Amino acid sequence: MSESAPRRADPDEADAEESSTEATADDARTEPETEEKRVQTGAQSVVTALENAGAETLFGIQGGAIMPVYDAVFDSPLRHVMMAHEQGAAHAADAFGVVSGTPGVCLATSGPGATNLVTGIADASMDSDPVVALTGQVPTEFVGNDAFQETDTTGITAPITKTNYFADRADTVGDVVGEAFAYSASGRPGPTLVDLPKDVTQAETTREPGEATTPDTHRPRTDADAESVRAAARTLERADKPVILAGGGVLKGEASEELRAFARRYEIPVATSMPAVGTFPEDDDLAMEMVGMHGTGYANMATTHCDVMLAVGTRFDDRLTGGVETFAPDAEVLHVDIDPAEISKNVHADVPLIGDAGTVLEQLDDELGSETGMDADAIADGYREWREQCREWKAEYPMDYATPDDEPLKPQFVVEALDEATGDDTIVTTGVGQHQMWAVQYWTYTRPRTWVSSHGLGTMGYGLPAAIGARFAAEDDQQVVCFEGDGSFLMTIQELSVAVREDLDITVAVLNNEYIGMVRQWQDAFYDGRHSASEYSWCPEFEPLAEAFGAQGYTVEDYDEVADTVAAALAYDGPSVIDFRIDPAANVYPMVPSGGDNGKFALSEDQL
Amino acid sequence: MSSEDESGDVGNRGGELAGPRPEERPDPQGRRNKHGVRIDPAVEAEQETRTAVVSALVEHEPGVLAKVSGLFSRRQFNIESLTVGPTTVDGHARITLVVEETDAGIDQVKKQVAKLRPVIQVGELDDHAVQAELVVLKVRGDEPDKVHAITQMYEGQTLDAGPRTITVQITGEQHKIDDAIDAFRQFGIIEIARTGQTALARGDTPTTPGEEPGHAKESGESDDEEPERVETGTYDD
Repeated sequence: MSESAPRRADPDEADAEESSTEATADDARTEPETEEKRVQTGAQSVVTALENAGAETLFGIQGGAIMPVYDAVFDSPLRHVMMAHEQGAAHAADAFGVVSGTPGVCLATSGPGATNLVTGIADASMDSDPVVALTGQVPTEFVGNDAFQETDTTGITAPITKTNYFADRADTVGDVVGEAFAYSASGRPGPTLVDLPKDVTQAETTREPGEATTPDTHRPRTDADAESVRAAARTLERADKPVILAGGGVLKGEASEELRAFARRYEIPVATSMPAVGTFPEDDDLAMEMVGMHGTGYANMATTHCDVMLAVGTRFDDRLTGGVETFAPDAEVLHVDIDPAEISKNVHADVPLIGDAGTVLEQLDDELGSETGMDADAIADGYREWREQCREWKAEYPMDYATPDDEPLKPQFVVEALDEATGDDTIVTTGVGQHQMWAVQYWTYTRPRTWVSSHGLGTMGYGLPAAIGARFAAEDDQQVVCFEGDGSFLMTIQELSVAVREDLDITVAVLNNEYIGMVRQWQDAFYDGRHSASEYSWCPEFEPLAEAFGAQGYTVEDYDEVADTVAAALAYDGPSVIDFRIDPAANVYPMVPSGGDNGKFALSEDQL
Repeated sequence: MSSEDESGDVGNRGGELAGPRPEERPDPQGRRNKHGVRIDPAVEAEQETRTAVVSALVEHEPGVLAKVSGLFSRRQFNIESLTVGPTTVDGHARITLVVEETDAGIDQVKKQVAKLRPVIQVGELDDHAVQAELVVLKVRGDEPDKVHAITQMYEGQTLDAGPRTITVQITGEQHKIDDAIDAFRQFGIIEIARTGQTALARGDTPTTPGEEPGHAKESGESDDEEPERVETGTYDD
């Protein structure tokens, strides 16, 4: 890359106005003199590397050991969002990565700053989300001496990052950051971390970071080997009862289009894992929606009774499989994944298809019928009875609820009301708990990257900081709705200050039952209703609390207030919080008890 | 969709969704075992564990051993030994892992290790591979002649001999080391240090897939000095 590149060479539209003086901009590009090198310190190299790699927005918090980097950010076109807590920074970066598909970046200082990032990094790791974390570190000479605000950050984060780096030299620190960025998004995405000792970022260097490249040892496969594709195609041709299980890899691999085309061409029912929600439109006739612990009855019936499962980019988490002994027990599993380590990790793959989700689906499409001469319609015709069976299950196990006038608000009604009041491209973020499940069950998702939630780690408090990150990644006309529970909301509520300061148009819907509701539900089902530490009757009033932060607050207790308040909150140009006082007894069903048989999902508590 | 659904107000009236109860639903025929493998009567038996020797070629950077050993502890792999040392290529090291796992577990070990960024290649060695371990052990010095005789029987070396203690080293395959230690027990073993196994594939077979003898793939310059150092290996080209 050119050493004389002008400081703002990036194509970001935000900078477009500046080139009103086009001539000057061009001059800067052609004249190598404008001199004064961009990079004079390690910290400037870090920031330059981020710019070169295509970073746009940084979420972080200042602190002693990261100060040199922040000093360099001060002169940079990168947008920095100061968060209220490092956990919020990591979740915001994570959600930014989910919505945009490019790594979100978070920054924190050494010691407590770095450890506060840990929850968010672990969350991103479990969900394979692209995140780059940059942490300050005490100067190299103090490392290992238990210096002030020192922690072994690379040691702590080794198990929860795709990889991490300890930057030891100013000359190479930019390259390391560039590699961390490129590696985070490549192959199976995941969080990476670079630990930045203060002396390294302060030290002088004029070495410009090179192009951001992935490590030599990283060689993800794009297309699956032909023999496996052939075996998979023959299996699908033989199948009577095939199901596609779409996982988060479909989203990460930008394979939503290929998935839709493939499923519709061969008319195969599609169930999704929770991270894949939105990759296949839930209003499609073939959509079985989410499978697993709180998945739909019909998705669980279809996946339990299928004879072939084309699993694309899923890691067969236990919340999805239930007890593995009873998971799709009759099915030959064709497993597409870019990460070979996922093959046969939890569920044995009869045919492993290691490669990129979209590419492998196209390979399969090419191969299907190539030996038998059957066309797509003929193959699809073979699945006709099965599709009919799936349709019957959809009728037999409807996702439905009653809305009697004399009962407190049903949370499902609130979710549907917000869904109806917003556009198809609305982004939903959630915390973790009952509200999260209602938000996934009763909202109809039709587009990828509109569902942002904490799946694998199940981090309460994820919703609000995620909404902030999503807001920065979203298009201006895209709405962002955050569902939170009362307990979950309180865990990161301080980020409301950030939403207010940045004037972010976010609508937070709190499904408030004054309980840690999911725990209360389990206590009722499995602990004789002993509500140990799950009652949140000390919950603050969220309406005045929102107002105290400077946000718009609302409280809703009755059905007839829902529509108007939702409309007002969505219309409010800035962060708003609606405290929905929902039925405290409402529970999430269907439910497969932990380790249970997915086909035996309970429709009510007495079936558990 | 359902026929009785007229008002759109069905189900869940008492917190209950509509649909047949669990016991009224059909049961699939099959089952899987706890490894997620569909159970054929033919292969129904639980998988037995076996010992595998896994060799990983890695970039010799600080923390690489911690990354590998941390992986083993957090994934609950049953590890017997782990050795590490530099290779003839600058900046490369070889880690030799001995694990006791089921076939599925060994497969995971290899894939998970391969996934770590500093890991270049991973291979599993067959029974045919050249394997060796070194043990240093210290016994009481009361019967130096007998100690010496046993040391010679196992082709060992005496490293230190005094009036109170004798220290010897034995190298070889694991069962030889085990036998030697048994034989020395009669003298009273005071202290013992074992290195764990290290191994290379025999003959022309590369130890990890695609591994080339004695030089890094893209480093032309260091080629000159490598051949001399290959003397310790099984390659002599």
